[in-house]
Amino acid sequence: MKKFDPLKNYQNTKKIIGYIKRKKAVQADYDRIGFMSGLEVHQQLLTKEKLFCHCPAGQFQKHNEYDAEVIRHMRPTLSELGEYDGTALMEFKTRKEITYRLKNETACTYEVDDTPPFPINRDALEIALKISLLSRLNIVGEVHITRKQYLDGSIPTGFQRTAILGVEGEIPLKNKTVKLIQLSIEEDSCREVSDIGHKRIYKTDRLGMPLIETVTYPEMVNPDEVKEACDYIRFLNRSTGLVRIGMGAGRQDVNVSCKGGTRVEIKGVAHTRWIPELTHVEVYRQWSLLQIRKVLKERMAKADWKMNSKELNYYLFQFPTKEIEFAKENGFEIWAANLPKFGQLLSHFTQPGKVFADEIADRLKVIACLEKPNMTNSEDLEQSISDEDFEKIKTLLQAEKDDAQLIFWGPKEDIKTALETIEERCLMAFEGVPEETRKSFENGTTIFERVLPGADRMYPDTDSAPIPLANDYIDNLGKGLPTDVIDRYNQLRAWGVSVDTYNYILSNNLFPLILDIKEKLKIDPKYMGNFLGHRLKYIEGHYRRAANFKYKQLYNLFKYLKDNKLEFDIAEEMLKQLYEHPKMQFDSVLTTIKFKKVKRSQILDQVLFLIEKFKQIGRNVNELNTQNWVMGQIRKLALGNMALTDLKKEVKAASEKLEND
Amino acid sequence: MTDDIFQGYKGDALNILKKFQVRVWGQANVETSRGVFVGTILPRAENDDDQHIVMKIVTGYNIGIDIQTIVKMKETGYKKANYKIPEKEFPTTPGFPRVKLLGTGGTIASRLDYRTGAVIPAFSPGELYGAVPELADICNLETEKVFAVFSENMGPKQYIALAKAIGREIENGVDGIVIGHGTDTLHHTGAALTFMIQNSPIPIVLVGSQRSSDRPSSDAALNLMHAMYTAGHSDIAEVMICMFGPTSDDYGLLHKGTRVRKMHSSYRSTFRTIGDTPLASVRRGEIKTIKKEYNHRRKDKNVKILPYFSDKVTMMYYYPAMKPDILDAMVDAGYKGIIIVGTGLGHVNKELYPAIERAHKKGVHMFMTLQTLWGYVNMFVYDTGRDMMAKGIIPAGNMLPEVAYIKLGWVLGQTDDPEEVNRLMLTPINDEITKREPYNGYLIFQGGVPEVEDFIKKVRK
Repeated sequence: MKKFDPLKNYQNTKKIIGYIKRKKAVQADYDRIGFMSGLEVHQQLLTKEKLFCHCPAGQFQKHNEYDAEVIRHMRPTLSELGEYDGTALMEFKTRKEITYRLKNETACTYEVDDTPPFPINRDALEIALKISLLSRLNIVGEVHITRKQYLDGSIPTGFQRTAILGVEGEIPLKNKTVKLIQLSIEEDSCREVSDIGHKRIYKTDRLGMPLIETVTYPEMVNPDEVKEACDYIRFLNRSTGLVRIGMGAGRQDVNVSCKGGTRVEIKGVAHTRWIPELTHVEVYRQWSLLQIRKVLKERMAKADWKMNSKELNYYLFQFPTKEIEFAKENGFEIWAANLPKFGQLLSHFTQPGKVFADEIADRLKVIACLEKPNMTNSEDLEQSISDEDFEKIKTLLQAEKDDAQLIFWGPKEDIKTALETIEERCLMAFEGVPEETRKSFENGTTIFERVLPGADRMYPDTDSAPIPLANDYIDNLGKGLPTDVIDRYNQLRAWGVSVDTYNYILSNNLFPLILDIKEKLKIDPKYMGNFLGHRLKYIEGHYRRAANFKYKQLYNLFKYLKDNKLEFDIAEEMLKQLYEHPKMQFDSVLTTIKFKKVKRSQILDQVLFLIEKFKQIGRNVNELNTQNWVMGQIRKLALGNMALTDLKKEVKAASEKLEND
Repeated sequence: MTDDIFQGYKGDALNILKKFQVRVWGQANVETSRGVFVGTILPRAENDDDQHIVMKIVTGYNIGIDIQTIVKMKETGYKKANYKIPEKEFPTTPGFPRVKLLGTGGTIASRLDYRTGAVIPAFSPGELYGAVPELADICNLETEKVFAVFSENMGPKQYIALAKAIGREIENGVDGIVIGHGTDTLHHTGAALTFMIQNSPIPIVLVGSQRSSDRPSSDAALNLMHAMYTAGHSDIAEVMICMFGPTSDDYGLLHKGTRVRKMHSSYRSTFRTIGDTPLASVRRGEIKTIKKEYNHRRKDKNVKILPYFSDKVTMMYYYPAMKPDILDAMVDAGYKGIIIVGTGLGHVNKELYPAIERAHKKGVHMFMTLQTLWGYVNMFVYDTGRDMMAKGIIPAGNMLPEVAYIKLGWVLGQTDDPEEVNRLMLTPINDEITKREPYNGYLIFQGGVPEVEDFIKKVRK
């Protein structure tokens, strides 16, 4: 009999489910598998203080910069409706010891849950309400602070204080309108320092910073649309100028499902440009799990499925790998489990480079706290255990032909949870796609993070009183809101600004600047838009930005050029200086870039001279080379004194004239 | 019950609900000038205004709707939440100690009360087992709700009821007693029970929680485990308070009921032994004694229950420029015993002297304790002290003010003979006055000092 080749099986199953690369996928592919996606977009608000205490917001520490540590364990509690939440129970099973690092400058006794909340930060509430209004949401009459349980420890209380400000809004995309479920204001969570075995460490600097979450309905039908919606929401948030920007200030959770699949939440996606690949891969992962379900169900009924397992003796097997050597040295137990009818499924494709066995390994890490590598199996793509050992194990477990075997190792006290975890995940395979949250990677793949929490984890915050939102107050906030992002988008198009600049302009909220410069300085918005979207963007990518550089300074720059009747061609050179030294006077900037004021006639005088010169020294003298050479020689002198387009015309005319003479 | 349909609603909000025939727990579509809201109508906390209706929307969040904006409401369904703590039978394990949990109204495990917005405790062994299953590995548990009051409403009546209940349980042969209690006046009860229950053969452990058990980071479960372990397994047969040692989820401390005080409004590690060290620290499965001498567990049942208390006792917290009329008023109101909380070594201003003399003449018993909490009253150091003693104020050593108040109440419940009162007050029953203050009996670390910061950074507390 020919030996089973896991790699071949991986490729074969990938073909069976019809996986194609995203670049090749078209709408029909996504329609076939029923791509569906929604978003939860998080955005930090720009306030001085945190949401429920008076610690400063936006100050951060390095991992090892702390004054004290506090240890907590989380227990599940009943929700308001009397249910235990699924995630809560999972986290409780994992029995993590959680350490919080705190620095006195950025955390007080509120953050570590030793002081009740102070009244909500009104600045934050106001910003969040403005964004709610921009999102066309129905604003609530009274804000109720709710506790949302998080047992992973990312918040020391075990819950996040959060409140709904509006429901049922909408955002317009290029070709459709996407409905919003709700917008909430909430406190940001801790940042993880490490998570090894049963110990997880967090730092508390970010904890408690004001954040909003905009949630859409699952109405996006392809990966690019998800990104478009996400960009829109982020641009809308930024259009207020009242939100934080930079690393981690905006993050999103992306919900994805396929036809017959389940809502899976990809957590904490830092960049919108990652969204298309992540959603593409996830929808195919779900499609693969449905295929696995189909195969399993043909083989046997879920009710009849039973796993059996045995502890192995290190000395009766050869176990050559260094991971197992490590396990042995650490006194870990090593176990084998027989998974009936899972043959050819452990190496079944799930994501590019990943197979079904990874689904089990990921859960062993998270739920049973077994650090990876924590297992191998009879279909490992890189087989580490000899055939001989596997034969022995199969006999030991009384395995049958279609069965698969899994070998894992870990501390004695975690084995019970590990066995339960394996069994649970295998049984879930009969159901299809487990509800879970997943952690994302830049390459588009994801790993298991937690069981997806439900509405059962909500609980009213008995420490806070409801906050009424009177009509007058809301009406007032409605005045002076920025224009809609879609209107800005359309306006940019109407002005004829190059399409490739829109993302940059909207994401940096530069539209108001273009408008301001257009209205007050009468400068063409098309020119301005392209200048920002191309030249400023280039500078941003290649020069070091001074901390006090503000986009507003561009207004002053163009005003200076206008007042001094200088040509705008020089703006880019000046901006490079300004970007690194925002405090420098414009006169000094000109000196630095060696600008000299000369008359147009003086420049043109030189043109004739230079054309003649090139004729003498040029090696390949033709009209075009002449013009280019002359432009190159004179560009620097002309910059700011004479429009380069104008100069080019003059050079061309002069060279043609000389030619004809 | 009719009012159940509109639980907590009153005034205008109630009228709106009635007008549109929408009940609490009804699913409703509410049309407002701010748009449509869909969800389940929830009860409203009694003290909140009558201008809003509370609703749980499908995502699980609660929101309020301003009734002024409501155009129309329609009830589309009805589903009352079945709020119940999962109850499982508490398993009995042969050979495990018998522990009795007496309930007073604290929040060990709890659920939400919509009427007040506060939490209601879970209490039966089954409920507790559902919430803290680890308890079954510690002891065989029985429970009894003696009464249900908030900590701040505990008083002499409750101390006496508790003391008698404990006497009965000792007679019944339990191996230990745990009392669930709100934390605000835990130390008052600790003192009262120490005086009322003397020569106990078993541990009597008072326990509470600083974070209600409706939150995942609550200290309730761990405190309860520590208390149960102490009651069932420890050798210390005294009245103790068992609460967090550090603010971290780590170990508990066992404090003597007479030397302990709540020292922070919200910290988990709020209870501290003052002027001495705690009796012991406790983890599940381990008690480490700190004090070498304590009353040991015994097999007999020779407990003395002394359930006395006079409520004609009060306290006077002195402040500069206090007028004598305060003291006069106390005396005129019929108080027979006054605990003065004085400054420094035990002082009040001269202006009070006539009032003190008057009180003394009327037979009021006055004892001096300290605002400084740490240290001994010493009225010999300055003339003013001597003056006051001459006028009838008796220094109460290093007795904590609250403990002195409780003790004087207990003493005056038995006698008003001045000599007997003095003798009982100044004869310590369980270290309410100690002969010596150990060097480590006063430790308040000062934050910001480098060596303290070094220590704090290292100890993970």
